[in-house]
Amino acid sequence: MRYSGWQVLAQGLTGNRRWARAWRDPAPKDAYDIVIIGGGGHGLSTAYYLAKEHGLTNIAVLEKGYLGGGSVGRNTTIVRANYFLEGNSQFYSHSMKLWEGLEGDLNYNVMHSQRGLINLFHSDGQRDAFVRRGNMMINQGDDAILLDREGCRKLLPYLDYDQTRFPIYGGLYHPRGGTARHDAVAWGYARGADRRGVDLIQNCEVTGIDISGGRVTGVQTSRGAIRARKVAIVVAGRSSQVAAMAGLRLPIESHVLQAFVTEGLKPVIDHVISYGMGHFYISQSDKGGLVFGGDLDFYASYAARGNLPMVEHVAEAGMTLMPMIGKARMLRSWGGIMDMSPDGSPIIDRTAVEGLYLNCGWCYGGFKAVPGSGHCFAHLIATDRPHAAAAAYRLDRFATGRGLMDEEGTGSQHNLH
Amino acid sequence: MQIPCPMCGLRDSREFTCKGDAVTLDRPADGAAPEVWHAYIHLRDNPAGPTRELWYHGGGCGAWLVVARNTVTHAVSGATLASEAHHAR
Repeated sequence: MRYSGWQVLAQGLTGNRRWARAWRDPAPKDAYDIVIIGGGGHGLSTAYYLAKEHGLTNIAVLEKGYLGGGSVGRNTTIVRANYFLEGNSQFYSHSMKLWEGLEGDLNYNVMHSQRGLINLFHSDGQRDAFVRRGNMMINQGDDAILLDREGCRKLLPYLDYDQTRFPIYGGLYHPRGGTARHDAVAWGYARGADRRGVDLIQNCEVTGIDISGGRVTGVQTSRGAIRARKVAIVVAGRSSQVAAMAGLRLPIESHVLQAFVTEGLKPVIDHVISYGMGHFYISQSDKGGLVFGGDLDFYASYAARGNLPMVEHVAEAGMTLMPMIGKARMLRSWGGIMDMSPDGSPIIDRTAVEGLYLNCGWCYGGFKAVPGSGHCFAHLIATDRPHAAAAAYRLDRFATGRGLMDEEGTGSQHNLH
Repeated sequence: MQIPCPMCGLRDSREFTCKGDAVTLDRPADGAAPEVWHAYIHLRDNPAGPTRELWYHGGGCGAWLVVARNTVTHAVSGATLASEAHHAR
């Protein structure tokens, strides 16, 4: 069923009883050309682009829980292309272009809202760094505007401009940045992949990866064995466990990142704002809740919940930046499992096992990458060659030291990003 | 989370900084092969369950500890001085 205004009208007039299911619920077949482990944003978009761009449809996506129940449903929904380093810059630019055509492409409303993103800076040195970043973004073909203090005040009148500890010097404005409805992105890709013939198999946990003579031959699952010529691992926080089934040890540590939402309020924050000193960022959802988050808790965790010290830190940062937030009541907090790589950048590559592909290491930035990651990973799986936009995301860069992408300039070791 | 510091007793996790997996105690010998250093610096088991980590008690006695912790439940089951853990091997 194609969604349209006409459908909404026609279905509404007939009591909304005839909407077709958005995707099938097939039982797994004995064999597929390609098995994708992980039915989150990246796995679903990979399946979609394999079908759409490469005409490959004999594909299963195996999800141990329900579609989109992991990190794609636990993030703060921010979409941006404001990266600095060669390699990252063109990848996120590529992803942003896919975002901009996504709703028409998927025939699905993902509520992509390019409301603009502002990174605040609070010192001369930080301004220099953002000027340089902005110039890189413009060179890449993306948009960046340097705002001074008054420019910020015009867009964000409610910030505390009088504080002496972290005075606001200005901001880097990225007008094409914004948000999207995270669940809808997963659902849109799921529906798109299903419509092209991909089997989306839920409640199907992979328990083993079959390898014969250095070549992948299939997977063992909680719903039986499935043979496959190619297997793709795209499981975010659980990457180490799944890769271990193929005898691989990854440069990944899983950490918890917390996020928060307040009760629904009238429209008050029109942009996405990131605070340059407190690692605090905030936007307002279409439902009215203020959605915000901070830094990692900074210890390894699979708990999908954090601890109080970081809750306090984030609340203090919010109060420092915009004292008005103290009047809002926090409704919920939750945690997501972040697959942290040593240099803070992702991995999209082949592995030492023939026919086994790896997509991981998205750290706390995986949501905006969903279209680009799926698009480039599909290209790699289909052609065995990296897509130009993701050619830098090599697995071997940690072993060789060549092509490390340390966007924050803090080093390439665990616990630095 | 609270961490039982052998010097200070049970203390709030705010007083500590986590350095990561205690495999960093197993520093390769000088002249070890590049692959060994790569594995030491970058590759991790990243267990979902019991793990051993290095924590620094910067807000207390200043000791480095090896903390036994569960990454799924956040339960802390014990802590020893890193110097003792290191020499015991």
